Amino acid sequence: MVPLALGSDTGGSVRQPAALCGVSGFKPTYGRISRHGLVAFGSSLDQVAPLARSVRDLATLTRALAGPDGRDATALDTTLGRTGDGDALDGLRVGVPREFFPDALDADVRAVVEHALDDLRARGAQLVDVTLPLVPAALSTYYVLAASEASSNLARFDGVRYGVRVAGDGSLASMMARTRTHGFGAEVKRRILLGTYALSSGYHDAWYGRAQAVRAALTANFARLFADTVDVLAGPTSPTPAFPLGERADPVAMYASDVLTVPASLAQLPALSVPCGFVERDARRLPVGMQLIGAHGADALVLDAGAAFQGATTHHRDAPCTKESAR
Amino acid sequence: MTGAWRTVIGLETHVQLGTHTKLFCGCANEFGAPPNANTCELCTGQPGSLPLLNERALRLAVRAALALDADVAARSTFDRKNYFYCDLPKGFQTTQYVAPYASGGGVALDDGSFVRLTRIHMEEDAGKAIHDRGDTTLVDLNRAGVPLIEIVTEPDLSNAEQAFEYLTKLKEVLVYAGVSDCDMEKGSLRCDVNVSVHREDEPLGTRVEIKNLNSFRNVRAAIEHEVERQTRALDDGTAIVQETRLFDVDANATRTMRVKEDEDDYRYFPEPDLPPALVTDEVLRVERAAIPELPTARRARYANELGLSEYDAGVLTAERATSDFFDAALRAADPGAAKLLANWTTNELLAATADPDVPGAALDELRVSPADLAALVALVERGEIHSAAARTVLRETLRSGRAPDDVVRELGLAQASDPAEIEAWCTAAIDADPRATEQVRAGNGKAIGALIGAVMKRSQGRANPEVVRSVLTRMLEVDA
Repeated sequence: MVPLALGSDTGGSVRQPAALCGVSGFKPTYGRISRHGLVAFGSSLDQVAPLARSVRDLATLTRALAGPDGRDATALDTTLGRTGDGDALDGLRVGVPREFFPDALDADVRAVVEHALDDLRARGAQLVDVTLPLVPAALSTYYVLAASEASSNLARFDGVRYGVRVAGDGSLASMMARTRTHGFGAEVKRRILLGTYALSSGYHDAWYGRAQAVRAALTANFARLFADTVDVLAGPTSPTPAFPLGERADPVAMYASDVLTVPASLAQLPALSVPCGFVERDARRLPVGMQLIGAHGADALVLDAGAAFQGATTHHRDAPCTKESAR
Repeated sequence: MTGAWRTVIGLETHVQLGTHTKLFCGCANEFGAPPNANTCELCTGQPGSLPLLNERALRLAVRAALALDADVAARSTFDRKNYFYCDLPKGFQTTQYVAPYASGGGVALDDGSFVRLTRIHMEEDAGKAIHDRGDTTLVDLNRAGVPLIEIVTEPDLSNAEQAFEYLTKLKEVLVYAGVSDCDMEKGSLRCDVNVSVHREDEPLGTRVEIKNLNSFRNVRAAIEHEVERQTRALDDGTAIVQETRLFDVDANATRTMRVKEDEDDYRYFPEPDLPPALVTDEVLRVERAAIPELPTARRARYANELGLSEYDAGVLTAERATSDFFDAALRAADPGAAKLLANWTTNELLAATADPDVPGAALDELRVSPADLAALVALVERGEIHSAAARTVLRETLRSGRAPDDVVRELGLAQASDPAEIEAWCTAAIDADPRATEQVRAGNGKAIGALIGAVMKRSQGRANPEVVRSVLTRMLEVDA
C-alpha cells in the first residue's frame, strides 16, 4: 500500500508490529529524530521510528528525518554518518546474549532466528556468545518508568484548554476527574495509576528510584559489551509470532511480549527489526523478526548490517500468508 | 522554669527574571499584556510541544546567585513537580528539586547577623486563575512559563523586622544586578514565610507557612501576628498545627488555607525533556563582571570616603539610577565637590524627575548629564555664580539640554564683581528706598539687608552679595 510509514517506538511499538507483520522497522538512537510534535508517552523512551519494506528504504527515511530541528533539547548533536556499506557483515562481531533466548521464547521462533544467525555467520559475521544479566529485569523496569512518565505527560489532558470536557459538580477537581474518567481508555488509566503509584511519596524510592538504578546499570551493561566485545547484538524481536486478536486479555501477558524490545529502549540504543523467516501456525505462515541492536549513536552500522542481511536473504520480499491465500 | 519564647523564621522568595522571553519558549515575558496574548503551544500545554532552556534566563539566574555570594553548580538538573490546577497547563511545573543551580551565600543585616541561603533554584511560573468574574474562573496563561528563581533561606531570622530588612536588602541587590525589577505589585517578587515559636531551651516548634504576602510591610505584619497567635496558643497549652495559612490584609490576621494532610504529593521526578543546565567558567566570568558595586558597598563608600551623611547615602542608593548618576558626576568633578553634588542630586534632580513640566521622568532621561551637574557645581564652587543663579541655570539646562557654561554666558548670569557696576545698582537702590537708607544711617544694621536684596533684584541675581554689602557700607559711611 505504501513504501514508507512512520510510527513511534517507546518500548517496541514499531519493532514488534514490524516483526509480526513481516516488514522492517527501526527505532533510532534516542534523540536521533526530534520528538517535537510527537504526543509524549514516556519522554525518555519515545522515539519517532520508520517502517518500510526494506532496510535500505528505512535508511533513506531515517536520513531524511534525522538531525536536530532546534525544538527538542534532547536531540543528538552527532550526525547519522555514512550508510550503504554492502560488506557490513564481513568481520562484524555479532553478540548473541543468552538472555534474549528465554525459556518463554516460542520454539519455532527460536529455530528461525538461530537459522538467521547462521546466515549472518555465512556472510562473514563472527558470532559471540555474551550475557546481559539485567535483561530479565528490563520489563518491570520499563513498565515502572514508562508509566511514571506517562502519568505526568498525560496530566495535560484535563479538559481545561482543549479536547473533551465533561462538566463536574462545580469544582475544578470534579470537572478534571470526570473528563479524565471519560476520555481515557482502560489501559491508559491502568498505566496512569501505575505511574502515579510508582512516583508517590513513600513508594518513590522502592519503585521509581529502583527502576532508575536498574536502567542505569543495564545501560552500563550494554555500553561495556559494545566497548569491549561486539559491534551489534542480535536476537528475536518478539517472543512469539502474531497472536489472534483478543487472545491476550490479560495486560501482564500483553506486557510480556515487550520483553525483548524494552532493553534497547531503556538504554536508548538503535534497534532494528528485520524479517528473518516464517513459522507455521494453523496453516498460516507467520513472519518472524530478528532484532539487531547497536551501540549508542551507531545507527548507520545497524542499518548497514540489516541491509547486508537483506542483500543475502529474501525473507523481506516474502509476503506472509493468510489462511485464504494459503489455499 | 522554662526559657523565653524564641521565634524562628525562614523565607522563600520567588523572583521573576527580567528576560525578554519565557523560560522554555520564545513568548514575551511582559506584564500587562491582554489575557493569553503571550502564549504558544508550550505554555498552553499542547501535546507534542517541548521545552528549550532560555540561555539568558540561566545567565540572569547565575548573576543573581553570584551577587548573593552563592556557589553556582557547573551542572544542575530539572525536575517535574506534578499537580493539577487550572493555571498549570502541562499538569506539572518544571523546577529544580534534586540538584538546584546554586546554594550557599546570603545577606548581611545591619545588626551584624547573616541570613544564610539554603539554595536558589530555577523554575517556571504558573498562569493566573481569576476567580472574581462571576461564577466562572478565567485563566490567563501569559505568566505561565515566566522564568523564576526561588531563593530559600536557612531559618536564620528571629523577628519580623529582620525579615523586612532581609527582603529590602535582597531586592536592592537583585535590582542593582539587573536581574529583576522585583516589583511586588506586578508580582515579580513574591514571598512565603515559615514561622515557628519555641522555648529558648527546647527544640524547634511546629512550622507554619504563610502565603499571599504582597508587600514587605505585609510580610512584617503577618509575622508579627502569627508569632503572637502561636505564642498565645502555646501559652494556653494548645499545640500548633503544621499548616499553610493566608494573610488577610483586611482582618490583619492569618487564617488557615490548608493543613498538611491536604497537601499535594508532588511526585517529583527528573524532567526527561531537558538536559542538565551547564554553566561554564566563561559564563561565570561574564556574569560576575556584570554585577555593579552593590548598594551596601556604595553606602559605605559614600559615608567613609566622601563624608556624606548616612541619610544622604541612603537617598543616593535607594535607586541604582540615582547612585550611578551621582557616581558619574563625581568622576567628572573635584573630589571636594561630593557634598555639593550629593545635595544637588538628591534635592534638585530627584525633584525634577517628579516635575511634570520637566522632560524626563527618571534621572537617566533628564537633559542634564552627570557631566553637566559636575560643571554646574564647579561654577558655584569657584564663585562664578551663586546658588540662586545656579538653580536658574539648572532649570534652563533641564529644559533645553544646553551646557551650564553656555547658559551662564547666554543669560549673563556670571556674578558681577565690578565695583563701578555694583555702585550704580547701589545708588539706584538708595534713591529708591530713603526709609531703609535712613535706618541704616541711624545705626540699624539689619536694615542693610533690604538694600542688599534690592540690589540683587536689580542685578537679576548677578551681583556678588558680599561686594554689595561692602559697597553699601562705604557709600552710607557706616561701620561694617
